[in-house]
Amino acid sequence: MSDFTGVRGTVWFRALAGQASPMPGDPKSVLTADAPLGNDQARFLCVVPDPHARFPCARHGEVGLEEGYALATRVREIIELDKNTTKRPIVAIVDVKSQAYGRREETAAIFLAASAAADAYGSARLAGHPVITLVVGQAFSGAFLTHGYQANRILAFDDDGVIIHAMHKEAAARVTLRSVQELEKLAREIAPMSYDIRDYAKLGLLHKLLHVDNPENPTQQEIHAVKGELVSAIEDARNSPVDLRNRLESKGALEMRKASLRVRSLLAEQWLAEQ
Amino acid sequence: MSDQRYANFINRQSFIELDARERAVALLDEGTARELVGPFDRVESPWLAIQDVTPQSDDGCVVMKGKIAGKAAVVVALEGAFQGGSMGEVSGEKMTAALDLACADNEKGIPTSAVILLETGGVRLQEANLGLAAIAELMASILALRKHSPVICLTAGTVGCFGGMALAAGLASYVVMTREARLGMNGPEVIEQENGVEEFDSSDRALIWAIHGGEQRFATGLADALVEDDTPRVAEAIRKLVLQGVPPVHRSSQVTLYRKRIENLDSSVQWDPKEFRSLWLKGDAKEETV
Repeated sequence: MSDFTGVRGTVWFRALAGQASPMPGDPKSVLTADAPLGNDQARFLCVVPDPHARFPCARHGEVGLEEGYALATRVREIIELDKNTTKRPIVAIVDVKSQAYGRREETAAIFLAASAAADAYGSARLAGHPVITLVVGQAFSGAFLTHGYQANRILAFDDDGVIIHAMHKEAAARVTLRSVQELEKLAREIAPMSYDIRDYAKLGLLHKLLHVDNPENPTQQEIHAVKGELVSAIEDARNSPVDLRNRLESKGALEMRKASLRVRSLLAEQWLAEQ
Repeated sequence: MSDQRYANFINRQSFIELDARERAVALLDEGTARELVGPFDRVESPWLAIQDVTPQSDDGCVVMKGKIAGKAAVVVALEGAFQGGSMGEVSGEKMTAALDLACADNEKGIPTSAVILLETGGVRLQEANLGLAAIAELMASILALRKHSPVICLTAGTVGCFGGMALAAGLASYVVMTREARLGMNGPEVIEQENGVEEFDSSDRALIWAIHGGEQRFATGLADALVEDDTPRVAEAIRKLVLQGVPPVHRSSQVTLYRKRIENLDSSVQWDPKEFRSLWLKGDAKEETV
């Protein structure tokens, strides 16, 4: 989408972690830092644009080969460090326009780089780390599956610049043989198709919507409030199962995912039935 | 072609020509297959009819419980002929819930493996965010189940496995492909649209298979088995992997190895797919000699 600037990731990374730099050996597009959050020392991760990235199709904030493996490395490092001790929180700050669309990426199996990052986040969650995602800008498709969607809890700003979706409008219209106008009309009526974060919130997948007047330039007070929300999400995650059942047991899911719930109960019933 | 190979070719029973239901039955031990939440339960997508798309009473996903090599197993097959095998709310939930039930059985002491048959372009765009969420939840369930029993991904063709579902394949304990199958995150059309025909010419069929095809994925260690399009041989490959059990380290957890391989690649040029096979493994050899 044309309005993607990729500045929000850096702004929020700096606001929450106190600095914004990659770790030694990592690409400039992956920011990692450890910083206090409540009573914990949390690990923060973010993917940001690097116009000089080694791979040409990953120079505008896309999640590519290097980004996937760098994220995986930095998350796995924490799992290893906390093996026999308190599991520290992992916070994924998300503002990603897409995965990298390139021939090199496909040849070198970008799907595996993406799986590796998702594996690391999911394994951290299963090991007992509270994994919290904060969507501050865009969270599209494969990029979000790679970086953020395996979290115990997902928070997002209720802002027009925040979009969680499977595909950008123009491409989705092309693939489903509709005009952008037709797609926008449908998206207003059908919650899972909507590009509005407030509609996404109705699906029951979000832990909470947060408000910040200008996410590109937050006040100290707003940053403080967001930190407080992250701390309570961490607390909530620590007191809950490590799987993703909360997404399906939410109030929103009871309303919007009735078919999912029916599938689950029927399948459980028939699974046990005698042959 | 030798007489024997010729005979093999004409006598083979194509797996690719089977539909999802027939494929699932073919992989389970004879007489053990039992379909769960089948078409007569009529759990359809609630999102398609309102968009003038005809739903299907199994939502293009078949769950079949039974045995493989005498051991409890569940096979979940996507029907590539329905909406391109795309993941919607119902099809996604069928696969995820089946894997969760298998996981619960493992925890109760009943080892149960899962075979997922992926013929899919990824998210069903008419269900957009619920499709994407379904893939995220499926990935979480694969991670939970594969600790106990293998999750085997079979991509036979001809749809292939793309989009977010390629990430699900990446998490699998084993990947099995035929030469006709393709596996990748972004299809050639999408790449051409995003970055131009110089980046990827989507009409170049040879290039597509040279990159995404089963033969290449197997040659570069990204698939664990390459099988002929012959039903008994496909079933045999799956049986073998079920018996092999959980691998010592899953591919998607071998971060150091793959990160090194990416670091060793020259990103300033496009690689010839054939040459890439050795480029990809070049760094490994160097490590070993140190």
